[in-house]
Amino acid sequence: MSDLAAGGTPAVPTVPRRAPITMIGPVAWARANLFNNWWSSAITLAMIYLLVKVAVSFVSWAFINAIWVVPVSPAGVANTEACRAIAGVGACWAVITEKHRFILFGTYPYEQHWRPAIVCLLFIGLYVVSAMRRFWRWELALVWIAVLTLIGVLMWGGILGLSYVPQERWGGLPITLILATFGLAFAFPLAILVALGRRSKLPAIKALCVLYVELIRGVPLISLLFMASVMFPLFLPEGLNIDKLLRAQVAIILFAGAYLAEVVRAGLQALPRGQYEAADALGLSYWHKTGLIILPQALRLVIPPLVNTFIGFFKDTSLVLIIGIFDLLTAGKTAIIEPAWQGFGVEVYITLGVIYFVFCFAMSKYSSGLEAEFNRHRRR
Amino acid sequence: MSAAETVASSVRKGVPAITLAGVNKWFGALHVLRDVNLEVAMGERVVVCGPSGSGKSTLIRCINRLEEHQEGQIIVDGKELSNDIRSLDAIRREVGMVFQSFNLFPHLTILENCTLAPIWVRKMPKKEAEALAMEYLERVRIPEQAGKYPGQLSGGQQQRVAIARALCMKPKIMLFDEPTSALDPEMIKEVLDTMVMLAETGMTMICVTHEMGFARTVADRVVFMDRGEIVEQGVPEELFANPRTDRLKTFLSQILRGH
Ligand SMILES: Nc1ncnc2c1ncn2[C@@H]1O[C@H](COP(=O)(O)OP(=O)(O)OP(=O)(O)O)[C@@H](O)[C@H]1O
Ligand SMILES: [Mg+2]
Repeated sequence: MSDLAAGGTPAVPTVPRRAPITMIGPVAWARANLFNNWWSSAITLAMIYLLVKVAVSFVSWAFINAIWVVPVSPAGVANTEACRAIAGVGACWAVITEKHRFILFGTYPYEQHWRPAIVCLLFIGLYVVSAMRRFWRWELALVWIAVLTLIGVLMWGGILGLSYVPQERWGGLPITLILATFGLAFAFPLAILVALGRRSKLPAIKALCVLYVELIRGVPLISLLFMASVMFPLFLPEGLNIDKLLRAQVAIILFAGAYLAEVVRAGLQALPRGQYEAADALGLSYWHKTGLIILPQALRLVIPPLVNTFIGFFKDTSLVLIIGIFDLLTAGKTAIIEPAWQGFGVEVYITLGVIYFVFCFAMSKYSSGLEAEFNRHRRR
Repeated sequence: MSAAETVASSVRKGVPAITLAGVNKWFGALHVLRDVNLEVAMGERVVVCGPSGSGKSTLIRCINRLEEHQEGQIIVDGKELSNDIRSLDAIRREVGMVFQSFNLFPHLTILENCTLAPIWVRKMPKKEAEALAMEYLERVRIPEQAGKYPGQLSGGQQQRVAIARALCMKPKIMLFDEPTSALDPEMIKEVLDTMVMLAETGMTMICVTHEMGFARTVADRVVFMDRGEIVEQGVPEELFANPRTDRLKTFLSQILRGH
């Protein structure tokens, strides 16, 4: 140290300072990426012009020229002439105002709509609570069981003075949430078991898991749903009739399970062998090793593809419309069958899109937060 | 009197900690362990050396069955290694292992790394396990790192944590597989010091290493392996001073040239 100083190095250390603003600020960024020569400047300006034009026409269609309510005759038939007059120029949100309860709850008895409404809120509450790490304790499983039971009671009724509503009359958002929530809640553990099974030393278990994944992955979800709704009942003994929704639910669980299993397996394979060996050398049993060392690391590694699969699968639940189950999308389509509302599909589909988007985007945002938090230990 | 016999009579008496009798192992067609016979007494410290690929790692990994041997007998702490999972778990509880690449659990803190096995395998209450872990972390001289994650530690510190983690299981036997060869030179000493300290407590140790200085100060016996066989063994000074086989001579000259 002393001989370094003698060699002429300044004894006072240089004070760290910020990079100059022209090098790092947004202005510098824009200059470097958008306007670094006349050609890119021209493209940038053209794109800005286009964006503004599209935005302006969308805003005037969706908000400025839009119609929010239309008169409805005492017989319940809407007078949509005003809407038809502005077709193409302004949106007719009146279709949503008028039909939102049908879109959200389908053919559920109108005066009982508060029940599916509470169910939707319960689902959302369940998601929010489960998302908070502070509540990640085993008691959370009890909360799930309690809430799901309550949801069943609310939907079916028949006790506590609630009128009985058969499953055929359920519809809309609760159906989508039921299919997605039960689907994930069962498919995910199934996927973990299958992924572990594929790496098992026992040939029978391994073969079974491979067979399952390959069979399910090899067919489209639509045909699985058809099989569940049409073929499956043929194999059941006379008189035993499993509910259509349940059959679709099982098909969805099996389908999602196969895909998720492959994602989980990728995580298992990415772990270095040393982790397995260290756990073995400490004398941890198979389940302790798997639950405490292997899965926590493997699942963290695959959060992005896992959530990708979750999101894809949330939207795939809409395919149940082909076997006549009244999920959110089907309810939306049905809402505009009525002659008065024919031709207002765009408004309905935009609304449905927004609902799907809110759920998927929340999942995506949440997962990126989770990923950052979970992988903090990787940073130095 | 052969070198092996001299050693056997010089070590502390009692039941052998580890016995390997006629052990053979193949990786496919590759014969990695050939008729290995080795007996390690309780409290004995054995250093295994030999050229790369000679089967040193395989040998010690067979002792806690990270690798399975195909022929012969391995008896650890009076229990024979077999496919019986129950007895395997019992053996692994008594045998600690330290790896070349540390293999700490990156998602757990240093403290959690150390308490995991005592809590789940030994069923120790959490408080007690943490006190024990802190005791060992102090002994390897890094108690202040307990709350950090392995990725935040230097290689030498990580390896000392790995030693503490193994010790928290209170093993009767410790296996080391080249614990210093992934480390920068300035960190080797801190790990070797820890191991010397451990040796002074009377721990039974089998250590694969090329650190001849360590072998000289600590080992009761050095075992030289080549091509899957134990070629020579004896007390370090004698073995290094008077190698009897050409293979050991060649090996020693290479090692010495390397340092
Ligand atoms: N899992 C395995 N599958 C196939 N061959 C293996 C496996 N592990 C080791 N081998 C081979 O067995 C031989 C002995 O390996 P081992 O790791 O025991 O050698 P080593 O003496 O520890 O060498 P090094 O000093 O390089 O660590 C080597 O030829 C190696 O390539
Ligand atoms: Mg080795």
